[in-house]
Amino acid sequence: MNQKMIARFIGKILLVGGVFMLPAYILSLCYREKEAGQAFLLSITVTMLIGGALVTANKGAKRGFHAKEGLVCVGLSWIVLGLFGALPFFFSGAIPNYVDALFEIISGFTTTGASILPEVESLPKSILYWRSFSHWLGGMGVLVFLLAVSSGDERSKGFTMHLLRAESPGPKVGKLVPRMKQTAEILYILYIALTVLDIFFLLIGGMPLFDAVCTAFGTAGTGGFGIKNDSIAGYSPYLQNVCTVFMLLFGVNFSCYYLLLLRQVKSVFKDEELRMYIAVILGSIALITWNLWGFYETFGETFRHAAFQVATIVTTTGFATTDFDLWPSFSKGILVCLMLLGACAGSTGGGFKCGRALLVLKGLRRSVRQIVHPGKVEVVRMNGRPVEEKILENTNAYLAAYTLIIIGSFFVVCLDGFSMTTSITAVFACFNNIGPGLELVGPTCNYSGFGILSKLILILDMLAGRLEIFPILILFSRTTWGKR
Amino acid sequence: MNIIIAGDGKVGSMLTKQLSAEGYDITLIDANPKVLESTEEMYDIMAVQGNCASMEVLEQAGIKDADLLIAATSADEINLLCCLTAHGMNQKLPTIARIRNPEYSDQIIKMREVFPLAMTINPEKQAAVEIERLLKFPGFLKRDTFAKGRVEIVELRVDNDSPLCNHTLADLDSVVGCKILVCAVLRDGSAVAPDGNYTLLAGDRIFVTAPTNTLETLLKNLHIITHKVKRVLICGGGRLCYYLAKLLVESGISVHVIEQDYDRCVHFAGMLPGVTVIHGDASDEHLLESEGIDDCDALVTLTGLDELNMVISLQGTIRKVPQVITKLGRVDNSHILDRLPIGSTISPKRLCCNTIVRYVRALRDQTGAALSVHAIADGQAEALEFRVDEHTRHIGEPLKQLHIKKNVLVVCITHGGIQEIPGGDSSFAKGDTVIIVTSGDVVIYQLNDIFEA
Repeated sequence: MNQKMIARFIGKILLVGGVFMLPAYILSLCYREKEAGQAFLLSITVTMLIGGALVTANKGAKRGFHAKEGLVCVGLSWIVLGLFGALPFFFSGAIPNYVDALFEIISGFTTTGASILPEVESLPKSILYWRSFSHWLGGMGVLVFLLAVSSGDERSKGFTMHLLRAESPGPKVGKLVPRMKQTAEILYILYIALTVLDIFFLLIGGMPLFDAVCTAFGTAGTGGFGIKNDSIAGYSPYLQNVCTVFMLLFGVNFSCYYLLLLRQVKSVFKDEELRMYIAVILGSIALITWNLWGFYETFGETFRHAAFQVATIVTTTGFATTDFDLWPSFSKGILVCLMLLGACAGSTGGGFKCGRALLVLKGLRRSVRQIVHPGKVEVVRMNGRPVEEKILENTNAYLAAYTLIIIGSFFVVCLDGFSMTTSITAVFACFNNIGPGLELVGPTCNYSGFGILSKLILILDMLAGRLEIFPILILFSRTTWGKR
Repeated sequence: MNIIIAGDGKVGSMLTKQLSAEGYDITLIDANPKVLESTEEMYDIMAVQGNCASMEVLEQAGIKDADLLIAATSADEINLLCCLTAHGMNQKLPTIARIRNPEYSDQIIKMREVFPLAMTINPEKQAAVEIERLLKFPGFLKRDTFAKGRVEIVELRVDNDSPLCNHTLADLDSVVGCKILVCAVLRDGSAVAPDGNYTLLAGDRIFVTAPTNTLETLLKNLHIITHKVKRVLICGGGRLCYYLAKLLVESGISVHVIEQDYDRCVHFAGMLPGVTVIHGDASDEHLLESEGIDDCDALVTLTGLDELNMVISLQGTIRKVPQVITKLGRVDNSHILDRLPIGSTISPKRLCCNTIVRYVRALRDQTGAALSVHAIADGQAEALEFRVDEHTRHIGEPLKQLHIKKNVLVVCITHGGIQEIPGGDSSFAKGDTVIIVTSGDVVIYQLNDIFEA
């Protein structure tokens, strides 16, 4: 284990984190928010000092960097980033309890959007900005950002591959172009372009600039922190529809956009995962619209709410335009299933991922066929290409870990004595990075009622969900920290 | 520059390592996903799994935007088909194919007319030429030629009884009696760029620049006895052996080949009538003795197993065979092997990589590119040859006034056919050829790169 190199890497992450707090600090100066400004200044100083110290103290670190170090780096840097990112909330007094502040910022970085704040409109604007900006950063990934900006001097070669793999969701992560730095750059350029487009459409609809930027950050990262108490419900139908469309766009694998830019339109629409994603969305909207018949006044309104809620849940964003906790059971059931499914691999969304679900289903179909014809040899295909057995195995292992974590967290959260629905949907909503669940954690409620233990477990769930379990799991394995 | 490499074998991965480190964008194609995965984790490259001669796979590897294709799979025919297919998809793409079957080697010129190949490489043939050159000057571990064969960088081992031992480099000229320059020293596996106060110790391997016509004086004054090689014993009858035996027989040297596989022996004897082919196990001491290991002038071990080659070569050194040459397939642990007395080592893969790297650099930069590139000191240092043209800076200024980058050494300047080992007062003029040795991480593409910015 190359601890020095890891410490140096964490130091670099902290320096980047400090830089990212700067816009919020500048904003606090613009809005003359004295307390928030001081909190940001203090947080930036602490973060940069510790980061700088870690980097300089470990200057002579050896280069040895392997798969294990890569995974540990990813897991640790997200935790450390959360610990320091929570400081502005804590110092400014916006969230006086440090565990709550940690919950809030981890919820931000992991693009969950689960809040412990009952009321957000009275918060300083710079704090609101930092909350939303954390979604944007966490959406594409801080480490991917580091890969994009770091100079080629990082001759750590392939280890960067471990970083991309750990931070980008999906069963198989590949590069778009041979160089890691360029791949990361392309991803961020696409991400920024889509975000700007979102802001533009929101501004056209008459949304104030600050609201538009924060909402776009929440949409882009598929996060879900609103800056209004009623989330998106107060905005005009046009703005809600813009949000629906952009949420769905950010739930698509980013390599599809790259292929579109290369004008390989055909291969994009042949993508089985994208087809499944679209089919699931259209089907769910249709079913919910049918189930909600007469619930709202007009068909248009029903359709709008159905589409928005499906988009917000399937992409694991977590905005809301209506309290879907009041909907009939069938509609709620569909939403809970969508919570587990999640968006496409390689997008900013969370959940189990459509691509993985497709692989599991195909593997299952093969197993059934093999029971009927015991000697049958069959290769699972995806987009016309054979899928390696190892990937199928990994996907099944992922499913097992996914289920176990849900069950384990559910046990702990049950200790707080809330209803079954509240407890299980709280775990679903945090682990899949969605935000709102049902009943007491529904769209109009929040997580402040949970005890400290439950909050800590939910924090770990959010991190495990965002980083696809293994980088977090490896931190708790004794073999990781021992000698080789 | 986008380079596609087909085949992730020894040559493929070595090229990947070298070219990716030099800043080219590499896409690697191989049919075996396991090999690809480990290479992808080691280097910053993109990997595509599949058959490299299939249009779909080539398309996926980005053949349309590629600037060069190198086909280095284990089969010549696939390499050819790969280049042919790629050419069909991208007419402007230069392609390099590895062709090493002896039956094709004679028709290679014809093939290059028919197939759209920019270059063919034959590692075994290249290695055979290299071994033959070594056999001509016993005593040197390696020879690299520059300036149309007039300057060489030779590798020598400093033995306990060598006159070089315990001398500083500054008084080297008086010991050897001619002007030479030590451009790199390999001690305990790492290369050093020495200065005048550096003292040579027994066990060092030194890399010496000298005009070719002084090599004999050098050998005589170092008490390395040169005698002409007349009888060579080769162990292992593969492709490399075929090319080498052919070269040696042509220059009138008697060649004995020991090969274990009977069918191969028959095939070999049929192709090369002048060679004595013996069917037997080369690791058998009695067989070596009966085939006259004690009175041959050189022993060359070319079997497919590095371990076997090393054992046989050790036999040779113990029995005081004047010159022993060992072929190594794996190059990554050569710094360990160099501590063993197994004579010169030669790696066909490395030679072939050097050739391709040279081509790639020339492609990248048509003007001012290196005329030749040689990796020396186990690949830790590089010797490059440049021509001084009108774009070169600091023409005519004495070297001692120039700010030359660290780890860069000007080792030879050729003015109009006269070689000069440069001192502080030397300078270069337009039309000269300059040889540079770099070590460490410095990568030089043009002559101007040697100056501090």
